[in-house]
Amino acid sequence: MTGIIILELYVFVLACFAGFQLISKVPPTLHTPLMSGSNAISGITVLGALWVTKVTPEAPFGTSTVFGMLACALAMINVVGGFVVTEKMMGMFKKKT
Amino acid sequence: MIGDQPWNHLAADFGFILSVILFMVAIMRLGKVKTARSGNGMAAVAMLLAVVSQLVHEGQMDFIYIIIGLGVGSLVGLVMALKVKMTQMPEMVALLNGFGGLASMFVGIASYFQYVEAQATSEKKGLFDIVVTNLDKMMGGFNGINLMLAILVGAVTFTGSIVAFLKLSEKMSGKPILVPLRHVINGMLLLVPLALSVLAVWGPGSMALNLTFVIIVSLMALLLGIMLVIPIGGGDMPVVISLLNSYSGVAAALTGFTINSPVLIVSGSLVGASGIILTQIMCKAMNRSLMNVMFGGFGAEPAAGAGDKKDDGYKNVKSCDVEEAAMVLADAQSCIIIPGYGMAVAQAQHAVRELADAMSKRGCQMRYAIHPVAGRMPGHMNVLLAEANVPYDQLLEMDAINNDFKNTDVAIVIGANDVVNPAAKDNKASPLYGMPVLNVEEARSVFVIKRSLGAGFAGVKNELFEKDNVRMVYADGRKACEDLLKALKEA
Repeated sequence: MTGIIILELYVFVLACFAGFQLISKVPPTLHTPLMSGSNAISGITVLGALWVTKVTPEAPFGTSTVFGMLACALAMINVVGGFVVTEKMMGMFKKKT
Repeated sequence: MIGDQPWNHLAADFGFILSVILFMVAIMRLGKVKTARSGNGMAAVAMLLAVVSQLVHEGQMDFIYIIIGLGVGSLVGLVMALKVKMTQMPEMVALLNGFGGLASMFVGIASYFQYVEAQATSEKKGLFDIVVTNLDKMMGGFNGINLMLAILVGAVTFTGSIVAFLKLSEKMSGKPILVPLRHVINGMLLLVPLALSVLAVWGPGSMALNLTFVIIVSLMALLLGIMLVIPIGGGDMPVVISLLNSYSGVAAALTGFTINSPVLIVSGSLVGASGIILTQIMCKAMNRSLMNVMFGGFGAEPAAGAGDKKDDGYKNVKSCDVEEAAMVLADAQSCIIIPGYGMAVAQAQHAVRELADAMSKRGCQMRYAIHPVAGRMPGHMNVLLAEANVPYDQLLEMDAINNDFKNTDVAIVIGANDVVNPAAKDNKASPLYGMPVLNVEEARSVFVIKRSLGAGFAGVKNELFEKDNVRMVYADGRKACEDLLKALKEA
């Protein structure tokens, strides 16, 4: 168990570092799309929602399923809304003369 | 150990790795103008791949509840995104972010129930009859504490974003609301849930006790989110949205620790880290520290009257009508437009572009000066002007254009205020002092299109309006531009 925790912390630290590096120089034109795009990515919590919503013989329908379904729906609003809104904004940044 | 894994776990893990790579490349591409659009599509594909992989990983189960949840959410999200207008973008992003936070909070609560319900099932007992100790014994201390933290951060993200949404959509006053003793209250609202979380994980533990802890932590964290954002003024909302976006990433990463999902940890922390960087860029643009934005209650005191009284201590302000302004515009060889939040409110971006088109037909060089914190979200002005088909190479950042004002015939300020206030450069007593501003007053003549002399969000008097080369055009931004265009055609 401790081994997994240490590995997860490695993953966490490296991902944070990557996040800092990826964003360091972004033109202001893209601040909004970047923010709404990464906002959509934060809806990745939907994976956690799937995990808690699952109903199996060992984990029957219960309070966890109800909260899980709500979490699935909320996270998908975040994901779908976020990507579509970003696409909408990006559609306007076409090069014009 | 690959040999021990069932095939579906293996397949899912490859899917997860691929989606992590796609997320990384997507964020990188979102940061460049040419590739941004494909970056967004790539992130969407990565998300789909991650969801499918998760379902493959779980294998046999009852899918109906998941399908209902995913379907309803996708539909609502799609409708919201298709209906939203460009001018409502800041509050839309805040609202979506809030939903993400609430989702993480619910994942935390649900995974707590997941464990106790699984135990009740295996022991064939009622939920409150099982012998539960603490979260440490149930799922391991590390997973347990991250579960509690996911609830906490998710809840703060949710209510914080909702308050930001209400302020941005003007359903609630944009002015800072300062609760007495708020630092003490906020400190309590953070420390008590933290202490209770530790108790839930490593404390004596019982079903009733743990459930009480989860509920109290949730409620206090929800309150904390409200308390953190109500003292922040509307003008600082770009920073707040960016920070809350970072929080929602952190909340997702925490749920990843709870259920041991590397893909959740990676994407959550990518968003968390990039959100912090963006927040810092915003703060730097205002020459203020994040602490100052978060705890300052900036603009609360002077706003207490400055916003309402029209001529608040202004001397020698010269105004002119549209025809007079149009005559100057007709002769201009170079012109810089400085848009601000007022342009968004008046929905003047199309009128501005038409005016600019007419002027460039007359041979005038047209450019736009974009202050990094103009508007109510990062890059707000860029989005609005892009909607109005302004070529983005005409939009220049502050540093790129600030030295050009002195060689410019006309500067037109539309709905911007604090970002063009010269007091930020030379008046040490001004609350704005030190904030980088646009050197608008260096242009040969300046027109400020504004409805009145009312103060900006900082609630500070603007010394620009008293300069000799500045003329005020008192009108609604959109109407003023349309009238200027008409007058220009007659001139």
